[in-house]
Amino acid sequence: MTGVGMAPRDFLTDRLMLGLVVLVALVLGMPSLKPLFATLFPRLDRPLYEAESFVSLTLDHMALVGVSSLAAILLGGGAGIAVTRPWGREFRGLLETVATMGQTFPPVAVLALAVPVMGFGPEPALIALTLYALLPVVENTVAGLDGVPAPVLDSARGLGMGPAEMLFRVELPLAAPVILAGIRTAVIINVGTAAIASTVGAKTLGLPIIVGLNGSNQAYVIQGALIVAALAVVIDAGFDRLAGWLTRWSQR
Amino acid sequence: MIDFERVTKRFGSWTAVDAVSFTVAEGEFRVLIGPSGSGKSTVLRMINRLIPADEGAIRIDGVDIASLKPEELRRRMGYVIQSVGLFPHWTVERNIATVPGLLGWPRARIRDRVTELLELLNLDPRRYRGAYPHQLSGGQQQRVGVARALAAEPRILLMDEPFSALDPITRASLQTELSAIHRRTGTTVVFVTHDMDEALRLGDSIAVMDHGRLIQCATPLDILTRPASPLVRDLVGREEWGLKRLAVETVGDRARRQESVTGEPLAAETPLHRALSEMVARGTERLPVVDGDGRPAGVLHLSDLVRPTSAGTVSGGPAASGTA
Repeated sequence: MTGVGMAPRDFLTDRLMLGLVVLVALVLGMPSLKPLFATLFPRLDRPLYEAESFVSLTLDHMALVGVSSLAAILLGGGAGIAVTRPWGREFRGLLETVATMGQTFPPVAVLALAVPVMGFGPEPALIALTLYALLPVVENTVAGLDGVPAPVLDSARGLGMGPAEMLFRVELPLAAPVILAGIRTAVIINVGTAAIASTVGAKTLGLPIIVGLNGSNQAYVIQGALIVAALAVVIDAGFDRLAGWLTRWSQR
Repeated sequence: MIDFERVTKRFGSWTAVDAVSFTVAEGEFRVLIGPSGSGKSTVLRMINRLIPADEGAIRIDGVDIASLKPEELRRRMGYVIQSVGLFPHWTVERNIATVPGLLGWPRARIRDRVTELLELLNLDPRRYRGAYPHQLSGGQQQRVGVARALAAEPRILLMDEPFSALDPITRASLQTELSAIHRRTGTTVVFVTHDMDEALRLGDSIAVMDHGRLIQCATPLDILTRPASPLVRDLVGREEWGLKRLAVETVGDRARRQESVTGEPLAAETPLHRALSEMVARGTERLPVVDGDGRPAGVLHLSDLVRPTSAGTVSGGPAASGTA
């Protein structure tokens, strides 16, 4: 379905491919849009953000989102699995409370609190984004595992599967679509929230946005926001593709 | 051989199984029957330790199952439940291969076994091997469920109301196939149901449970003719009692061996109620009988169907009361 040999019509209706093309074009081609921004904002001395290249801003942005999401998946997924095991059931209420609190805190507040401890840079941003992504991952992991039909579990146990075999061969594959939906929410939220992390000195696509806001340079704001939006579209479409692959057995 | 010795199970203050003792012989088809909440499913699920017993001992071939690892115990038994519980994300082949896979059978052996089982359960291997459970009908799903339970050639097959959710025609054909499989493999079967017709049809012996206690454990004939309590009599039902009575004996049991008569013969293993139906259909009072090899085995007379036998009809008949 993807890649070479695709009919033009398929190409235009494939959100993932179209988004990727737009994203790459924006990231690489932003400098050549300078005349356009100069025309749109004639009063600005510098109509193009040039302090950092958009390529490196995008890569750093993606790295921050990737690392924090991975941490949230490992922590939240692990905790969600733990509280659905017989030995961890008691901690379920506690975990859900902590995860909800993590998301109720405004990210700016977490950033502000983390800076005195960890200093400026990407570290406080990583903490804030991880905490922020935790709730959807935890909630969906628990919901997904709860949703595995009881007869399926009964026969898995009755046929002689041990706890690990049940988890990895039956429970996680069946819960995967729901868990993935939680991860998708978390990552998309983080793509947006990572922009705010520039306030504490993390280099992200939020940098031109914040510099633009401070210096009343709307062109900078638009340049940063366009790429963030394109990145969100591409990631969302990627998750769509992944979700289809995970449930391919149900579509036959 | 399965041996229960004064086994008790409590859930909180409720005693689900109350000091139950019984033995299931090697190769026997034992039906557990009773009203809901009688403890029949709990007894079944204690055999593979899905439910641990509180008191008493459960032994299989003389070994206390409490001393075995639950997973290993369960892999030696087949397990079939009413709601089937196939793994929806696995193909039919992979579902059937579950236990052989856990036991580490070589791939080629698993593949051959899957083919063999699909054929045994009347599912075309070429068509169904790669199908997913949601592409199958309810009856086909339960066929796969039975195949999955039989995959690793278990010596004990546990079945918890396996056919209750199926339509009558599918249920009847699966009952026939299960009987044939039982005869062919000699597997010990413990089969839970709430349907007395199913119990009479399938069981070598029937254990009736009520309120966690074993009320009666007897052959289908004795359950019909010597019910141990009013509950057993109610489970059998008064309607068409005579036909049920005929259904638990075969033509061979009552044929007059030394006689012969012309006509389309009946097989000796035909249940007597079928023979009665044949007589009505053909308008005759005598039918020739042949044995399993097609040799003449005597003649069945209409009067043979109603004559009192050694097993008796009087004490257990629907009109009788207060006898045990």
